[in-house]
Amino acid sequence: MAGPVLEMRSISKEFPGVKALSEVNLTVAAGEVHAICGENGAGKSTLMKVLSGVYPHGSYEGKILFEGEPCRFRDIRASEQRGIVIIHQELALVPYLSIAENVFLGNEHASRGIISWHRTLTHAAELLRQVGLDESPHTRIADLGVGKQQLVEIAKALAKKVKLLILDEPTAALNDEDSRKLLDLILELKAQGISCIIISHKLNEIARVADSVTILRDGQTIETIAIGSEGISEDRIIRGMVGRDLEHRYPERTPEIGEVAFEVEDWTVRHPIDQQRTVVDGASLSVRRGEIVGIAGLMGAGRTELAMSVFGRSYGRWAAGRVRLHGREIRTRTVPEAIGHGIAYVTEDRKQLGLNLIDDISRNISLSALGKVARNGRVNRHEEAKVAESFRHTMNIKAPTVFTRTGTLSGGNQQKVVLSKWIFAEPEVLILDEPTRGIDIGAKAEIYTVIAELAAQGKAVLVISSELPELLGLCDRIYTMAEGRITGEVARADATQESLMRLMTMSAASSNEQV
Amino acid sequence: MAQTEIIPDSSPKAPQAGPGPSLGGVLARALRGNVRQYGMLVALALIVLLFQIWTDGILLQPLNITNLIQQNGYILILAIGMMIVIIAGHIDLSVGSLAAFVGAAAAVMMVKHHLPWPVAVLGALVIGALAGAWQGFWIAYLGIPSFIVTLAGMLLFRGGTQILLQGQSVAPFPKGFQSISSGFLPEVGPHTNYHNLTVLLGLAVLAVAILQEVRGRRQTAAYGLEVLPLGLFLTKLAVITAAVVAFTMLLASYHGVPIVLLILGALLVGFGYLMRNSIIGRHTYAIGGNEAAAKLSGVKSKRVVFLAFTNMGVLAALAGLVFAARLNAGTPQAGINFELEAIAAAFIGGASASGGVGTVMGAIIGGLVLGVLNNGMSLVGVGTDYQQVIKGLVLLAAVGFDVYNKRRAGS
Repeated sequence: MAGPVLEMRSISKEFPGVKALSEVNLTVAAGEVHAICGENGAGKSTLMKVLSGVYPHGSYEGKILFEGEPCRFRDIRASEQRGIVIIHQELALVPYLSIAENVFLGNEHASRGIISWHRTLTHAAELLRQVGLDESPHTRIADLGVGKQQLVEIAKALAKKVKLLILDEPTAALNDEDSRKLLDLILELKAQGISCIIISHKLNEIARVADSVTILRDGQTIETIAIGSEGISEDRIIRGMVGRDLEHRYPERTPEIGEVAFEVEDWTVRHPIDQQRTVVDGASLSVRRGEIVGIAGLMGAGRTELAMSVFGRSYGRWAAGRVRLHGREIRTRTVPEAIGHGIAYVTEDRKQLGLNLIDDISRNISLSALGKVARNGRVNRHEEAKVAESFRHTMNIKAPTVFTRTGTLSGGNQQKVVLSKWIFAEPEVLILDEPTRGIDIGAKAEIYTVIAELAAQGKAVLVISSELPELLGLCDRIYTMAEGRITGEVARADATQESLMRLMTMSAASSNEQV
Repeated sequence: MAQTEIIPDSSPKAPQAGPGPSLGGVLARALRGNVRQYGMLVALALIVLLFQIWTDGILLQPLNITNLIQQNGYILILAIGMMIVIIAGHIDLSVGSLAAFVGAAAAVMMVKHHLPWPVAVLGALVIGALAGAWQGFWIAYLGIPSFIVTLAGMLLFRGGTQILLQGQSVAPFPKGFQSISSGFLPEVGPHTNYHNLTVLLGLAVLAVAILQEVRGRRQTAAYGLEVLPLGLFLTKLAVITAAVVAFTMLLASYHGVPIVLLILGALLVGFGYLMRNSIIGRHTYAIGGNEAAAKLSGVKSKRVVFLAFTNMGVLAALAGLVFAARLNAGTPQAGINFELEAIAAAFIGGASASGGVGTVMGAIIGGLVLGVLNNGMSLVGVGTDYQQVIKGLVLLAAVGFDVYNKRRAGS
């Protein structure tokens, strides 16, 4: 085999306060399929954004060699001109344009700005044959399923004369049949001499198509393993992915666990647009008073979807399932109903879904329980400010006053405001979705302490997290999810990062029946 | 690096003159939160001053002030409702047509069916509420963009007006109805050089305003929050007093307080209170600021949006009545471009195109900026062609200044 098609040497990338990549090395041999594995937040996407020029040359440290020549990409266009094409997990197609128009978008067959439809259509038809998509080039993207859209993306990449194709979680949204076809296509492209980087959580897929696999953890290259003809054991990959250090301090606590407070039974949710897709599939779980229960799962496992659906059906289409509070079934069809029953959901996405960034701290904190600082519909702004002031002290929110706009706060302080909001609502059940994502270590420790206190007050706490050490440090019991299903339930004493990761990557290959 | 600084003999941490934070700091903080509104207040004062000089003092003559209020009353009424709709993150293009439609309906009721005018007024307001609710239903519950729904409403109500009036003006109205727009508080009491009731009303307003300020300050202090330093607070009171007294005396030296001003005052106080202090007001801001977050916090956003449009319908009806009363006729051409004036007033007065920001007072200030510009330019003889150009530039400058300011603040 020829020399490497791509070499990335000592790539480091920093964001304010976070080191996303540190001295990462990646070498892809010409004509191979190279898999990249790692937990959420390990730096996989960041690395690919560096490679494709989303983060332009100069915004990172290190060297990129493509076909032996150093590269300094200013933007995606520059990398595409060299033949590096990235296909993101969220497909970037224009739904109301035809396949042919999409394939050549930004890369039109044209002379002096006038498109040649003849060349466009014949070339598109040829590319569609190449990727094995049996559709007319005139078909609108909106009329295609996700699997076929994925193929259009690949055709689009081929139109750009791709030499290195990067696929970010290509099968995450596909059913088994479409996944199989896609993986076959990748092998076929490989036979045509196109190299491929595939980011995936599905270890069985990696074992099937990849020639070698590089494992990232916490922004560092852990190892690159060549997959010989005898294949590779999934355990081998898992061992590399986990094993993050347990350096954070978790509060000491002696849990006083009471009776079962909150139960979800057989909860099933379908995708909001694509109703054929089941996003959460018959999930059941329970939380006791004073207990902290974790949900572990990789991207796309359905954790957030489950939580948001239970919380007033804020995501997707509810298909089946019941919620019980203290043994009695309750209705949580709308958010006010869920809040009324004492359920709180602290969202994963605090900027989009958690805060009103143009408003101040005090008004954000009071929003979900305005009635508590109001009489006869009149908000007592003094009382409100006093409440906010007390949260500013107890939660250690670093801001000059409670009238500071939340948009100007750091991530950790924003998260404390969101937490304050829900603590002020005095819920019995708290669902915390990635409560420490993107915040610094000091603030993390403070938030862990708050969570422990809430449990000590007898609240039922459900923590969704991508960081296994966090779950192991904080929770009394951990559920794992994969592909919308609860795949396991482990007591903290019995849980290890390896055992959890095994459950999190367990795919239910046999169960894709259409409902 | 060696730094030369003058260290006082006493402790270097010696407090600055007087207790509490420095005057400049407090002022800066008070201003920073409301740059746009204070900015527009200052701009309004400058515009008034400019035209006062330019028109040789005609602008602030009692007669002209009264005219100004009566000419702009209906736009200001619309601006209040429009501000609320914009805060919720929507827009209403139909208000001019709806005002015309309601004016026409009232005209038909009074002139053709000889209904007593108070009944017609009540009926007109109900029609406005229904029209607003109709649009609110499509927007809030069916999720059709407000731009489209109210564009449709703009055509719908304009056509409805023409159908109702069959292309003709319907007039005249009873005296009582006309006085909604052209009436004044009655003359009572002994003959003085001033309008007695107006002076009394002015004093009452002043008393309430000062009482509110003092009470608010005491409460704020009682909750242990920061208050303006006493000196600054007294200055503020003095400014309020001077403004109220001057304005009262101006009006009192002519016919007194116009009825329109009473209506406007009531709306300003009522809606200002609603948006500042009520739960539903707070929810409106939350929806405009981040609808997804508001929903996940338990805000019933559909209901709030529905009510905002219903309210806009009522206010459009009120504006239509005031306008019809002023013309003393229901005409098919009434209310043309009112929606644009109202939207411009809201944006000049501090609304944000993406919602979540703005105050009722801001809408009034924005409306007054436009009104004074109109009036002042007419007085100095600027043609309506140039007036439009200038108003367009003012709108652009006001919003542009705000966007620039926000970007500089790094938000």
